[in-house]
Amino acid sequence: MSVKHGLLALLCEGPRYGYELKAAFEARTGEAWPLNVGQVYTTLARLERDGQVERDSEDAEGHVHYRLTDAGRREVQAWWDSEVEREAPPRDELAIKLALALTVPGVDVVAVLQRQRTATVRALQAHTRRRRALPPDGTAASLVLDSLVFAAEAEVRWLDHCEARLARQSRTSSPARNGARA
Amino acid sequence: MTVVPVLELRGATRTHGTGEHAVHALRGVDLVVLPGELVAVMGASGSGKSTLLTLAGGLDAATSGEVLVEGVPLSGLDAGGLAQLRRRAVGYVFQDLNLLPALTAVENVALPLELDGVRARDARVLALRALEEVELGSEARRFPDQLSGGQQQRVAIARALVGVRRLVLADEPTGALDSVTGETVLELLRSRVDAGAGGVLVTHEARHAAWADRVVFLRDGVVVDETGAAPAPSFEAAR
Ligand SMILES: Nc1ncnc2c1ncn2[C@@H]1O[C@H](COP(=O)(O)OP(=O)(O)OP(=O)(O)O)[C@@H](O)[C@H]1O
Ligand SMILES: [Mg+2]
Repeated sequence: MSVKHGLLALLCEGPRYGYELKAAFEARTGEAWPLNVGQVYTTLARLERDGQVERDSEDAEGHVHYRLTDAGRREVQAWWDSEVEREAPPRDELAIKLALALTVPGVDVVAVLQRQRTATVRALQAHTRRRRALPPDGTAASLVLDSLVFAAEAEVRWLDHCEARLARQSRTSSPARNGARA
Repeated sequence: MTVVPVLELRGATRTHGTGEHAVHALRGVDLVVLPGELVAVMGASGSGKSTLLTLAGGLDAATSGEVLVEGVPLSGLDAGGLAQLRRRAVGYVFQDLNLLPALTAVENVALPLELDGVRARDARVLALRALEEVELGSEARRFPDQLSGGQQQRVAIARALVGVRRLVLADEPTGALDSVTGETVLELLRSRVDAGAGGVLVTHEARHAAWADRVVFLRDGVVVDETGAAPAPSFEAAR
């Protein structure tokens, strides 16, 4: 997603400076996607150029606060009003890797599957630990982590499905035709 | 000071039948579960998950290898000793629940305590508290066939957690539960383990396995990998 819409949405709550925006973005989304401050300031500069934010007051410590313009407010509303693009999925390295592992001779596909399953379950454990450590008022962050949890779970189920399909295929067809040694 | 594992499997093997009809349900499995540790076991249907659990709970004996609960080899216990261990130290959630249909929910939960000599009234109080923990306090007097599948499952969980169980073995304890109720069960299991018990959770749902400290993967009766260790380079043993 674009950092841009995230920052604009946070500015709907009132003026903030760069580091505050970074911290709010991360807390709100379960620290799942850390931002670097540099990225926040470049985005703010671009939004200022496009007239969607403008500089507000400077506080005692010299932090420059930004606030939303009407154009910025319209941009956020347009974001809420549109759906997130899902038609053309981003290139999935794992699916590509597996397709190639199945067709290129001599690859231990079952080993590839298990290595990935372990790695994905390990990531799932990390999401779960972080989610359980959230304070009781962390509903938004916990729902974000849930989304990572469900996505990782879906990946494990897909890996299980691949392995079961390969096992069935190797039982019913002549052995080692395409290098899949399941 | 060395910590005594709550559960230890050393080369645990279980073979059904002999000769060409032999089924190798479990082959040379090593597993250590420490106090305060929850280990999840994942694997395809028929990979040996329930077999591993029945050996760990002393419900079935290994064909070869050894199973130790709190350092005690189960092969050295007679039937009475095993029964006592199952009543006292081990809490077991069966894949098919195993509730007694002639007993109410609270009686089902109280039974292992009573069998172990706890006075009936005290057992009932503890059982009721365990049912309240799984949010079934008001259904305590119902018989299993008057409860939904998910409610029966929670009774089975209360029965496994009642009293002071130092080893909790759960076979698909979240099977019939929706995702939020399933989570309540995992929380209970987790808090019992965090309080010092050892736990083994069999599940085919990665989302639930992720509550464990370590996830072990079984294939055809063999441990092929685990999340605690570096990924194994080869899976020859599983073929
Ligand atoms: N009493 C028995 N006699 C013969 N074979 C058995 C017996 N009990 C289990 N098996 C076999 O041992 C293997 C492992 O069974 P087990 O019940 O441990 O699998 P599981 O991983 O729990 O599967 P599921 O996910 O379906 O519950 C299977 O091939 C099963 O058919
Ligand atoms: Mg089973």
